[in-house]
Amino acid sequence: MTAKTDVVVLGAGPAGVGAAIAARRYGLSVIVMDEATEAGGQVYRAPAPGLPRDTAETRPGETLRATLAASGALCRLGEIVWSITPLADGAGFRVDSLGEAGPRMVEATRLILATGAQERVVPFPGWTLPGIIGLAGATILLKSQGMAPGTATLVAGTGPLLAAVAAGILKVGGHVAAVVDIASRADWLATLPALASRPALFGRGLGWHAKIRAAGVPLLFGHVIEKAEANGAKLEITLAPVDRTGRLQDGARRRMTVDSVAVGHGLVPASDAARLLRAASDYDQARGHWQPRTDAGFRASLPGLYVAGDGAGIAGADAAFLQGQIAGLSAAADHGCAVPAEEIAALRRSASRVGTVGTAMARLSVPRRGQIAAIAPETIVCRCEDVTRAEIDRAIGEGARDINQLKSWTRCGMGPCQGRVCGDIVGALVAAGTGRARAEVGVFTARTPLRPLPVEALTGVYEYADIRLPPAAPL
Amino acid sequence: MTEVFDIAVIGAGVMGATAALFLARGGMRVALIDRGGICQEASGVNAGTLTLHMTRAALIPHAMRGREMWLDAPNWLGMDVGARSAPGLSVAFTADERDMLEKRAAARREAGAPITLITAAQAAEIELGVNPTILAAAYCALDGHVTAYLTGRAYRQALTVAGVTLFEGEAAAGIARESGAWAVRVGAGCVRATRIVLAGGVWLEEMLSWLGLTVPIRCLINQLVVTERLGPVMRSVLGIANGLLSLKQFENGTVLIGGGWQGRGDVVRGGVEAIPDNLIGNVRLARHTVPALGKARIARIWLGLESETADAMPAIGPLPGVPDAFVVGCVHSGYTSGPFMGRLLADIVLGVAESPHAFNPARLLAAAGSSLQDSVA
Ligand SMILES: Cc1cc2nc3c(=O)[nH]c(=O)nc-3n(C[C@H](O)[C@H](O)[C@H](O)COP(=O)(O)OP(=O)(O)OC[C@H]3O[C@@H](n4cnc5c(N)ncnc54)[C@H](O)[C@@H]3O)c2cc1C
Ligand SMILES: Cc1cc2nc3c(=O)[nH]c(=O)nc-3n(C[C@H](O)[C@H](O)[C@H](O)COP(=O)(O)OP(=O)(O)OC[C@H]3O[C@@H](n4cnc5c(N)ncnc54)[C@H](O)[C@@H]3O)c2cc1C
Repeated sequence: MTAKTDVVVLGAGPAGVGAAIAARRYGLSVIVMDEATEAGGQVYRAPAPGLPRDTAETRPGETLRATLAASGALCRLGEIVWSITPLADGAGFRVDSLGEAGPRMVEATRLILATGAQERVVPFPGWTLPGIIGLAGATILLKSQGMAPGTATLVAGTGPLLAAVAAGILKVGGHVAAVVDIASRADWLATLPALASRPALFGRGLGWHAKIRAAGVPLLFGHVIEKAEANGAKLEITLAPVDRTGRLQDGARRRMTVDSVAVGHGLVPASDAARLLRAASDYDQARGHWQPRTDAGFRASLPGLYVAGDGAGIAGADAAFLQGQIAGLSAAADHGCAVPAEEIAALRRSASRVGTVGTAMARLSVPRRGQIAAIAPETIVCRCEDVTRAEIDRAIGEGARDINQLKSWTRCGMGPCQGRVCGDIVGALVAAGTGRARAEVGVFTARTPLRPLPVEALTGVYEYADIRLPPAAPL
Repeated sequence: MTEVFDIAVIGAGVMGATAALFLARGGMRVALIDRGGICQEASGVNAGTLTLHMTRAALIPHAMRGREMWLDAPNWLGMDVGARSAPGLSVAFTADERDMLEKRAAARREAGAPITLITAAQAAEIELGVNPTILAAAYCALDGHVTAYLTGRAYRQALTVAGVTLFEGEAAAGIARESGAWAVRVGAGCVRATRIVLAGGVWLEEMLSWLGLTVPIRCLINQLVVTERLGPVMRSVLGIANGLLSLKQFENGTVLIGGGWQGRGDVVRGGVEAIPDNLIGNVRLARHTVPALGKARIARIWLGLESETADAMPAIGPLPGVPDAFVVGCVHSGYTSGPFMGRLLADIVLGVAESPHAFNPARLLAAAGSSLQDSVA
């Protein structure tokens, strides 16, 4: 017996919840799937059991979860979605997942991808050492465990997560050694008009900064981590000034000893599911990332497929919730429901208004030319397969022209993360090395499974006779 | 582009690339045209099994020589593409499979493959990882594997050194005969050559149609599954009697699961997606054969396109009735014998070898009832 539903929503962050409640409003049957055991996504990640749920930080997430629960959407949480395949004749999609109940599948007429973002880290020597984690990864630790990454943490990179993480560490009683921002004060000033349009967000940002200043944490603009070295359980960090393009300058180096580093350079859409389905995607020059191509209703290039939230292009959590609703309404309208045009138009206006900040933050975080140039030859770029920049450059020198050819020649992107972590940086390196545009260099081809799949859980308990063998190969 | 090459090879898989390499070494000025990179299609994504257990009996002598060439790649290709010799086992779990194993081993042995039948206990000595419940096995010492994704890198270097002019990322769109030479249309221009070789893998049907030739070519969409790195779980190349499994562990610890289970896709869009039930079936079979795989995690599943003619034998040699035009392709287990078949085609063009009767393209044209267009010939 095959489970069937009108809509599957992949991802239970703000975009996914928005999509589910909008589609439910018009009576569509909806199944929401997420690998996390509770809804909320990245921003509204639920605290671990036993931690307080009634704080200023956790309340919006609790509201989001309650909204989803009240919508009548079915939730399949704690299940990784590992395969999505189109049904014959464009009749929809088959979604395969794996959770405690073993492998399951469902057929949906429509599929809304709300898979969010993933973190970008521009590599530097030592970035793979233990004790160094992503900025976004640090927010997970802070939100779900209420824990700082170490006793003395250096916070570095770009974008709003810098201040958010630093303030978060201080709040749980941790020590922040410094906040090191590649952006200059002038870069930040340029985002002011966008920030001013969202007084609440702006106010929150100012609050983080007040907290950081009050704690006497040094703030270094126009600086980067030049290298990190292990010294017993400690990390020796060298900081260097950079120019506007991100190129290292000759100025004085500073050294710092910490036991942890949180470093990140913005977010890129988690677009593997859309790429797996071969939905059209484009390289967004301004935000510096690939994104699935969508229309104003967040329909992707395949009939019945929708993409919303950060997975459709980085715009932030508030925009994600609104975009998700638009996608949900598009699905309802395409299903034959009478959705008033004004309902969609109003959401669209709000979404583009609140999206300006997220978009400005994405722009601020686009890796700079000099930053890519500064990746040292011996620096590991693909951490799953230990592929260095020098190996990548050698393959480009031998004639590798696009990112998938480079992958075959070097194993870069072939490891367990399937290039999710390094893909954006490798794309920038191949573009720089060949003189081709990012769009020509391409993206790593996405393949099933979307997450590594344990053989035991996938295959279950079976006898040899249960295996349905195809006809024997000819002699 | 006024230069007229001695020969233009269209399609840079293992067949076209090897032919181009040996044609250049034979003294010809060679153009090699591919719409993508060198060996990025079947020849770069295949399972890299060098097995006689799965090779069509009639192709065994060629596969044996292709296998030797792979193992000797540093000498003629200039790079180690990870070709390794390993013992090959084909196992039977049921009485029916044991019968099949015996018949198939006998036929292949007759064709020259040194395959012997061994007991379950003997198999377990060769391969500690194999499921002890097997009933019997066929054993062949001449087996092994190659790291297929390195093929393109190796060939690109060798072709450059040999002086082959590469047209990469350039799709051929048609061929015309102009003032006694061939003009291959690529992009806005064309590549001119005295002779042409069609080496388009599953796209050969389209290429032959440019010459007015109708040869139906079937497209198989083969599924492969690779695990994350594991500690050693096996050392041989393992298959089962009916040919639907190929299993090996590479030096980096990843295990590759293949065997020709089918996915979805087509010649135009390429191999698109795995069929989840086929994936689960293939992995169940692999885990049943090597139980330690239960502890592995699957990292990636992909699909590649393989071509097959009506009689499942290759097309290698001159195209009848068309001057200075040759074809090479549709070789079953074509990666194993690829270097040999590509060199054979080069030798045929250079006039030092003849097209083996069973591979003669004329038989396929006759079977398809194809007639030659006068405008071309
Ligand atoms: C690690 C991380 C931390 C972040 N922290 C913050 C923060 O603290 N503050 C802030 O303002 N912004 C943060 N962001 C940015 C944030 O992603 C977005 O602004 C916002 O969460 C976007 O909402 P969304 O609904 O589009 O995606 P998300 O909230 O990211 O939700 C996507 C959901 O999809 C699920 N999913 C994806 N693929 C699969 C699959 N194959 N199977 C099952 N489930 C799947 C994920 O588990 C996730 O729950 C963070 C981003 C990341 C990557
Ligand atoms: C998944 C899979 C697993 C396999 N496993 C094995 C194995 O374990 N052992 C084994 O021996 N064999 C195996 N095979 C078979 C083997 O890979 C093939 O037989 C062999 O690689 C075919 O080589 P080819 O050069 O004929 O074709 P291809 O490698 O497909 O080359 C054809 C080339 O033509 C190019 N082309 C097409 N159209 C045009 C155009 N219009 N203009 C320019 N260029 C064009 C393509 O881009 C391509 O590069 C496997 C095949 C697959 C798909």
